[in-house]
Amino acid sequence: MTEAVIKTRQLTKEFIRDEFHVVALKDVNLTINQGEFVALMGPSGSGKSTLLHLIAAMDRPTSGDILVLNQSLRDLGEREMAHWRNRHIGFIFQSFNLIPVMSALENVELPLKLTNLKKKERIEHAMTALNLVGLGDRVNHLPRQLSGGQEQRVAIARAIVTDPDLILADEPTGNLDAASAQEALTLLEKLNRDYGKTVVMVTHDPHAASFASRVCHLGKGVLLEQEPSLAQ
Amino acid sequence: MKIPISYNIRNLIIRRTTTMMTALGIALTVAVLLSVFALVEGLRTSLTATGHPLHILVMRKGATAELNSSMTQEQFQTIKVKQGIAGLPNGEPMASLELVTVIILESPDNPSGINISLRGLTTTGFAMREYVRIAEGRMFQPGRRELVVGKGLAKRYPKARLGSKLDFGRGEWDIVGVMDGGQSAANSEIFCDLAQLASDQNRESGLSSVLIRATDRASMQALMNNLVDDQRLNMDAVSEKSYYEAQTSSAAPIQFLGIFVAIIMAIGSSFAAMNTMYAAVARRSAEIGTLRVLGFSRTGILISFMIESLLLCLLGGIIGCLLVLPLNNFTTGIGSFITFSEFTFNFRITPGIMLMGMTFALVMGILGGLFPASSAARKEILTALREI
Repeated sequence: MTEAVIKTRQLTKEFIRDEFHVVALKDVNLTINQGEFVALMGPSGSGKSTLLHLIAAMDRPTSGDILVLNQSLRDLGEREMAHWRNRHIGFIFQSFNLIPVMSALENVELPLKLTNLKKKERIEHAMTALNLVGLGDRVNHLPRQLSGGQEQRVAIARAIVTDPDLILADEPTGNLDAASAQEALTLLEKLNRDYGKTVVMVTHDPHAASFASRVCHLGKGVLLEQEPSLAQ
Repeated sequence: MKIPISYNIRNLIIRRTTTMMTALGIALTVAVLLSVFALVEGLRTSLTATGHPLHILVMRKGATAELNSSMTQEQFQTIKVKQGIAGLPNGEPMASLELVTVIILESPDNPSGINISLRGLTTTGFAMREYVRIAEGRMFQPGRRELVVGKGLAKRYPKARLGSKLDFGRGEWDIVGVMDGGQSAANSEIFCDLAQLASDQNRESGLSSVLIRATDRASMQALMNNLVDDQRLNMDAVSEKSYYEAQTSSAAPIQFLGIFVAIIMAIGSSFAAMNTMYAAVARRSAEIGTLRVLGFSRTGILISFMIESLLLCLLGGIIGCLLVLPLNNFTTGIGSFITFSEFTFNFRITPGIMLMGMTFALVMGILGGLFPASSAARKEILTALREI
């Protein structure tokens, strides 16, 4: 029996932007099981990124419940949330968000600074992750010395280096050319298929969504429909 | 804290122009403060190095300095036979009758001249000052218009160099020697023969003070009490060391002014550091958000930016210390309100003073870094990620 790793019930997020009351998510009920590769699709402002941020414990819901890896995120304090993110979440950004003054290896090693691993072990883990994304020969390069595709692969290595339970990707191919996007998506697919990682990806791109096992559509903050990916 | 310090160092290097401008501002503040402390320390060292622990200075009751004290030969004869005075090998008591006056000495910096202490004393008086030695030339000879100048004066006043002549009193005086008094006040004085000076100045009956040496510490206080209580004398007696230490107050106005200026500059420098750090926080907003997503806590962010501010100010502190190092042992002079003459001494930059400068720089780092660092730590993750 597959285990649910993400469960939301009546999940709602509202906020005030420029004096306007915005409902970013409304009563979203969603369950994502262990080992799934789910794509969240929808137009801009549909609430897909908001949902991803709530799953990543980067934000708090206005109402409703969110249970991730059997942990109610509403119950966590600031420090516990930070620790929880480090232990359980690997996050991939659209703009890669690498630290510009750090080399590829240092960027990947960074999340491990929060673990009890010794320096040598951290380097070994970071090297393993970089080799996995095919950048074992670019470890000492700074982000500006890498192509966009390579930067995103470093970001993926950083996301997986702590061996997280969940990999969350926010438009990971949004800033990449077609070839680099294909590489990034293939990597995510590999992490899901070969390593059993649960992946949740926000995307506009139907081609990117085709790598997922399930596609969830959102519109105006509401979960509209869920369907198996075209590729399935 | 966990965020590597190399992250902060590299960011400081990357924005090197801003870093250096801010660090230089802090360096100047530290340099001003250290200069003042070095000056005060030099003066204090010089004054506390003067005097023998068993020496007693006897002056007219109410006189605050040897310059405004008076002493007669008769009073001296009464003093020198007191119990408890140490003796010279020849059996003479260690008691020195002295005449202190001032002469005006011109220098390129002060063409109108500055008051310099001139001390007339006997060979006994010179022998009692074991910390003074003739560094160049020779000792003055009794009965001659000859002078021995302190090395501080010889260094600062071209007219006070060995072989020169000074014109005062009834004629010209030859500089026949330069004395080295270590760090003591003797470096700021000119010594000559007591009888010759008294005769030149018509002060045979109006001399200044008597310096005596007690046999030991136990008898020193008793001797001082005896001198003060003696109704025939009407004299005060203080230890020579405390007399000179009290003159450290001459530096108080400079110290106050220096610290005041340094504090004003420090406020400005702290704002400069704050501005730099606010700019750093604004520029690295997305990085702050990313670090938070990776699991770094608000406290970790706060500490990291505080460290960056401290590193920035530490750099300023180091530059500030390097800027003032050339001042070490630089000879300068300060006018004393007690002796009404110039006191020459060397700036002294000690490890303690440098440590004080570094601490001062770090305090500026804390003041300048606290608000930007806490604003970085308070940022919500999503807000931070959206800011460019």
